[in-house]
Amino acid sequence: MAARVLMKAIHSLRSPGVVGAALSCNGHTFSSAAAAARPAAPSVDAGVNEKILNVPLTQPDYFRLSELFTVKDLFEARVHLGHKKGCRHRLMEPYLFGSRLDVDIIDLEQTADHLQRALNFTAHVAYRGGIVLFVSRRRQFAHLVERTAQECGEYAHTRYWQGGLLTNAPVQYGPGVRLPDLIVFLSTLNNVFQTHVGIRDAAKMNIPTVGIVDSNCNPSLVTYPVPGNDDTPVAMELYCRLLKMTINRAKDKRKRMELLKGI
Amino acid sequence: MAACRAVRAVLVKCGKSSWTSVPRPPQTDRQLLSRQICVSSAAWRKNLAAAGPEKFSEEYIKKQVEEFNIGKRHLANIMGEDPETFTQEDIDRSIAYLFPSGLFEKRARPVMKVTVQWGEDGRPFHYMFYTGKQAYYSLMHDTFGKVLALEKYQDSMRNKGLFTKDTRQMSLTGSRWLLKEELEELLVENISDHDYTRFLQLMERLLSMPYCAMEEEFVQRFRRQLEVQSSKQEIPAVQHDENGVAFSQAEGRRKTAKASIKLRDCGTGSITINGKSYLLYFPVLQDREQLMFPLHFVDMLGRFNVEASVEGGGHCAQAGALRLAVSRALLSFVSAGEMESMRQAGLLTPDPRVKERKKPGQAGARKKFTWKKR
Repeated sequence: MAARVLMKAIHSLRSPGVVGAALSCNGHTFSSAAAAARPAAPSVDAGVNEKILNVPLTQPDYFRLSELFTVKDLFEARVHLGHKKGCRHRLMEPYLFGSRLDVDIIDLEQTADHLQRALNFTAHVAYRGGIVLFVSRRRQFAHLVERTAQECGEYAHTRYWQGGLLTNAPVQYGPGVRLPDLIVFLSTLNNVFQTHVGIRDAAKMNIPTVGIVDSNCNPSLVTYPVPGNDDTPVAMELYCRLLKMTINRAKDKRKRMELLKGI
Repeated sequence: MAACRAVRAVLVKCGKSSWTSVPRPPQTDRQLLSRQICVSSAAWRKNLAAAGPEKFSEEYIKKQVEEFNIGKRHLANIMGEDPETFTQEDIDRSIAYLFPSGLFEKRARPVMKVTVQWGEDGRPFHYMFYTGKQAYYSLMHDTFGKVLALEKYQDSMRNKGLFTKDTRQMSLTGSRWLLKEELEELLVENISDHDYTRFLQLMERLLSMPYCAMEEEFVQRFRRQLEVQSSKQEIPAVQHDENGVAFSQAEGRRKTAKASIKLRDCGTGSITINGKSYLLYFPVLQDREQLMFPLHFVDMLGRFNVEASVEGGGHCAQAGALRLAVSRALLSFVSAGEMESMRQAGLLTPDPRVKERKKPGQAGARKKFTWKKR
């Protein structure tokens, strides 16, 4: 399932300059996606370009992201702390390890697995020059998220979400605007404890999402949910640091590959 | 003209004598080689205007309907469709297809080229592009960043034990915050009132911190100087006449009266208006009191001589004009503190009230005609 979504997103990334999400690829298999459009890089041969794009897909952890964090790091950053039993969302029960003194504990083994997958996907998206949009509606961490986005060279939106941002983009921004290729939700709830509108809009526009889902959030429409704490500053700093490192790693790798293959 | 000439040529050729007779079309004259092009004269041509409007008679309507049906079948043939089942919608569609009009087609409308905010690969330039208000939000982000930096500095000073509250404060007197329109102009973006209020709150918060003087230049970018009101007062220069007596000249106006005076530092305290003594010129006490007020206020009643010339207006207006002129002339003999107190007493403010015009439909400026209920 995740592989199919990966291929979908990659197929949509293949044609630059067109609204990425507008290309709705319905169930293309991997082989047809590979045989589909080849983006013409100005200075590199088409075959070399294809190799640059396909080589990372051959290995499961091409960017070696598993060395970035361990379960111990997650524990020390208090990622396992959820909300009280009363705030628990029914769909988060599979991700919970248990509860202690009424406080839900998130299963860090599952979190590590989900986080690995999410970071891997983000790395691949960044490697292929995709636009990553960081979204969080928590006032405490707005500045941190915006700074993270600036440092990676990606985009952030921690302010009031205007209704037609994704769904009515050509009218709001002008024709020919490119929508984000990945949206990372560092907190899936907005200031009134409801699911952020961006999750639904991204699903409508076929944009994959990575979301840190806490024990009171709804993980339904998020493509790569990462069950974890989104209230503690330590945890947020950990996530921002990890995402920044993945994106920078992926971009550096891309530059190196282009230099290598260009020779 | 050419047609008539042709006809004439034909007639001459045929040997017909008179031109004035109505040229009849040549009959079966086999010797005629050229054929006549124009056969009718002005008298023959139907006078369309004289016939009147078209009469929609039964046979006329029937003829039109027949022609329409024939045309419809032709159109169906052109479009390659069945003439028997060609409805009105098909007709509209085929006309729109055959004669595309740039007037109504949405895609034919001219598109204004907006300054593109993204590069060739489609990636936007600004990291907050997707928020919609990138300039405003990035300003808020930077300001908040400065607040955090100041807090961090405070903490570091506290750690070293060097924290003091009496640091250099920035001078905010004589300046005001940017107006909403000015901020919009600065950011080249539209802002709502709520956004503007939030911005001001954040700036106030920045200024409330102890070490805010470190960010002085950043804050001053968003402040504008206020024009100082009191420094605008023009003080007439003190001159000296042949005897060495100091005097000053000033002018004043009230309603339609204009006064110009010379205030001499003699010591007699006499007042002359238009050559007459003030007692004769102003028989009414109120006018003389008006004249006296500025000198009485600064306790220099007997010190000065006033030579005044005044014209226009009535006696009250003239008195008021003189009062203003005397106050202005006194400024050159009075200290700055007394000038401020004179200004606050209202001696230096010209009275702006003039006679209001009469409006049509009313008896006077405000008075209305009698209101009748029915």
